[in-house]
Amino acid sequence: MSESTRPRGAVGAPIPKLDAPERVTGRIRYIHEIGLPRMLHGAVLRAEVPHARIVRVDTSRALSLPGVRAVLTGADVPLVPFGHGRDNTALKADFVRCIRDEVAAVAADTEEIAREACRRIRVEYEPLPAIFDPEEAARPGALRVWPEREDNLAFNYHYDHGDVAAGEAESDAVVEGTYRLHYVTHACLGTSGIVAAFDSDGRLTLHSVTQVPFLYRRDMSRIVGVPPEHIRVIQAAIGGGFGSKLDIYPYEPIAIFLARATGRPVRILFDRGEEFRDSPTRQPAIVHLRSGARRDGTLTFRTARLLLDNGAHTSWGATTPFVMMQTFSSLYRVPHAAFDAEVVYTHNPYAGSFRGYGNLQATFPIEVQLDELAESLGIDPLELRLRNAQVPGEVTGQGLVFQSCGLAECLRTAAAASGWEEKRRAYAQAGEGPLRRGIGMASMVHTGGGAKIYHSDGCGTVLTVDDFGSVTLVTGATEIGQGSETVLAQIAAEELGIPVDRFTVVNSDTQVKPWDVGVHASRTTFIAGNAARMAANKARRKLLDAAAEQLGVPAGDLEIRDGDVVRASDGKVLTDVGRVVRKLHFATRYDVVTTTAYYEPPSAMQDPGFKGNVSPTYSFATHVVEVEVDVETGVIRPLRVTAVHDAGRVINPLGALGQVEGGVAMGLGYAMTEDLVIREGRVLNGSFRDYKLFTAPEMPEVDVRWVETADPDGPFGAKGIGEAPAICIAPAVVNAVYQATGRRFRSLPLRPERVALELARGEGEE
Amino acid sequence: MSSTADLDLVVNGERVTAPARPGDTLLDVLRGPLGLTGAKAGCREGECGACTVLLDGLAVNACLTLAWTCAGREVVTVEGLSRDGVLSPVQRAFVDAWAVQCGFCTPGMVLQATALLARNPDPTPEEARRGIEGNLCRCTGYGRIVEAIRAAAAAGRANP
Ligand code: FES
Ligand code: FES
Repeated sequence: MSESTRPRGAVGAPIPKLDAPERVTGRIRYIHEIGLPRMLHGAVLRAEVPHARIVRVDTSRALSLPGVRAVLTGADVPLVPFGHGRDNTALKADFVRCIRDEVAAVAADTEEIAREACRRIRVEYEPLPAIFDPEEAARPGALRVWPEREDNLAFNYHYDHGDVAAGEAESDAVVEGTYRLHYVTHACLGTSGIVAAFDSDGRLTLHSVTQVPFLYRRDMSRIVGVPPEHIRVIQAAIGGGFGSKLDIYPYEPIAIFLARATGRPVRILFDRGEEFRDSPTRQPAIVHLRSGARRDGTLTFRTARLLLDNGAHTSWGATTPFVMMQTFSSLYRVPHAAFDAEVVYTHNPYAGSFRGYGNLQATFPIEVQLDELAESLGIDPLELRLRNAQVPGEVTGQGLVFQSCGLAECLRTAAAASGWEEKRRAYAQAGEGPLRRGIGMASMVHTGGGAKIYHSDGCGTVLTVDDFGSVTLVTGATEIGQGSETVLAQIAAEELGIPVDRFTVVNSDTQVKPWDVGVHASRTTFIAGNAARMAANKARRKLLDAAAEQLGVPAGDLEIRDGDVVRASDGKVLTDVGRVVRKLHFATRYDVVTTTAYYEPPSAMQDPGFKGNVSPTYSFATHVVEVEVDVETGVIRPLRVTAVHDAGRVINPLGALGQVEGGVAMGLGYAMTEDLVIREGRVLNGSFRDYKLFTAPEMPEVDVRWVETADPDGPFGAKGIGEAPAICIAPAVVNAVYQATGRRFRSLPLRPERVALELARGEGEE
Repeated sequence: MSSTADLDLVVNGERVTAPARPGDTLLDVLRGPLGLTGAKAGCREGECGACTVLLDGLAVNACLTLAWTCAGREVVTVEGLSRDGVLSPVQRAFVDAWAVQCGFCTPGMVLQATALLARNPDPTPEEARRGIEGNLCRCTGYGRIVEAIRAAAAAGRANP
């Protein structure tokens, strides 16, 4: 496959997103537009108290409402435990343990009736004491969320390399601090939903927004008792994913139970309030971090102790330490490192996976603390980072292999493009008046080609070149708006020599597409891209062999360019691929040009000590942020973001640019405006009015640059870009605010009222 | 649950009649009886702009507009922008600039941009940004969208 990493045309071209015309015309169908004949509408009733015994559920007033077709409670459905901790069920029969808990569900002729029926269900609760503070929940003797367990500890993780005590002994400076990361939510513009339909044989079709269709099918099978081979998952267009659709959530099996109970298709759609209150969040974290360095800035050790609030049930949030520890062990060269994380149950809502998968929470403390170290050593933050940046070929203490690594180049490019030195110097003089400026930086490392957490992290592809020279690429990969269909077509087009505009990409039906792990861990470009390239390579060879036979010339003398078969030596067009395929059908071989490929990345599952090269490659980035802080009002205005990324060779510069700009907006939201306020287990701000995303006028100028390392195993040298852009904005903002105000914030978000208050309290540290 | 009556509207240049209840919003009528699902329900409370349509040429949130206040008036939805398979200049620019990711905000953005360019054919980047202030996008960070608006403006100047 490495015969050529030199782009011929499709790779590196700013080709518009293939499905964009369907989207700009409003024709594409999201889950909200999937309707089936005789379809009913479902709604879910959730707990009103965060912890209670369910004494009685009276559904009579719901059942008597005209148009209601079924009402289900925990007594009516199988309660198969699911989720990473096997501690969630579709409906709850005896106890509710968080506000999100599903108590009953209705199927009715309209959504309005279904919701009205839910309101008519009377649930008698015996309220029980609840625990919301993870630090309290972690203490011995604390009230237990699950009384059958010994304590609230749901999971713990330990990782180390080297000898931390030795590292500490070598240190000239040691800093430590506690950092608190808050709740935020995906706030996808398209709300969640599902359509479940059984056919007459009991086979189940799910129109779903899942990001992991094959794992979803497998896991759903167990929950609802339908054999996996009888479940077909058809993915509707997904109105934003960002990790939110990586797990099964109770409303999904509930829709299936309602469909089974009524014998009719059932659709459940979230409204915006449900999307805020009842969707997974980003994992909140309390991080105690300690790190040291020698006088010359060489890092000596890093230790981290983390406490994560698991909420009452377990989704993927509980597994984010797996990704966090990669950053603690391997962001910059750290000879000695130790990491301990405890995940404790509380009666709060639970966290899922969210773009970056714990890495924002890990990068924040590290990068804020690096600036503290720099200050205590009297070294420029850029200098400190450069001194510790890894180089290509390096193997980290955790065993991550950085076969391509542009970290130092990202740092240098970001510094040059942002005017780091001059601005750093200029802003060091505290200004007069209330407006102060500062500039800050942060970097990140993230998997750039998946994470081998299952025995395979692979993806399948089926590629057909048809009798008119068009290509159908059936990929296991999932499109959530990131542009995978375009990037995969570009990779296959490059390999095949057939232009992208002759491609159709099929990617949304488990009955049709081959297996794939799902869209997460920034794996699609790398893994599905390699699979597409392999299948294209096979098709190209088959076409050339057939053409050679048909034309009576050696295959080695031929090439495919622009859909034509040409003589390699002078580019003379001899025939075209459609013709070659037609002859293959009718005359020569009675055959088709359909190839398959399954790509398995050269990554490894980690050992029980979490060591091993979990991803075939890693992406790097440096973000520099310039801010203006009004020290009286606390308003922080980001003036300019310089985002430099090593995502290997860039397959589509426009698509990649969109990923970075979008990630920057999300990261700025995390840093400054987004705050899902949860008090006593309740989400208090479940609307766009009260949960603030960045709007267009609030966005700063974003200067995006690429450090195009060519990854030896990436398709044409590419690595993943999906998650990276959201990861290191927040610490860069905090570092910039420190320069502007002399105040080092150790928790987020930097909302004006808080910033003003803390600045009024005087200079120093939080 | 309450009774419906016939509401007359001009939608995408065509006279149409749709059953509507007193409390229905324009969004309900478009997405329901009229089957025009291009306008999206992102929040149904006037906060996201995904439901933006043109009412007598002005961009409005269809989720906040009572259907009966639109009787006899002209509504343009995203379905009405392209003709005979040819994208409108704004749609074209959105495609070319990669201003679309998940696309859920896109119909509303495209209509908001169309209204903006109708009143200001040559917006500065600042004006373009302010023009789409009420439309949230979770995917793009708005950069490509602003680019698309500027490109559509430039195309409009080239072919008035
Ligand atoms: S749906 Fe109308 S503004 Fe959100
Ligand atoms: S493209 Fe997804 S919300 Fe704008």
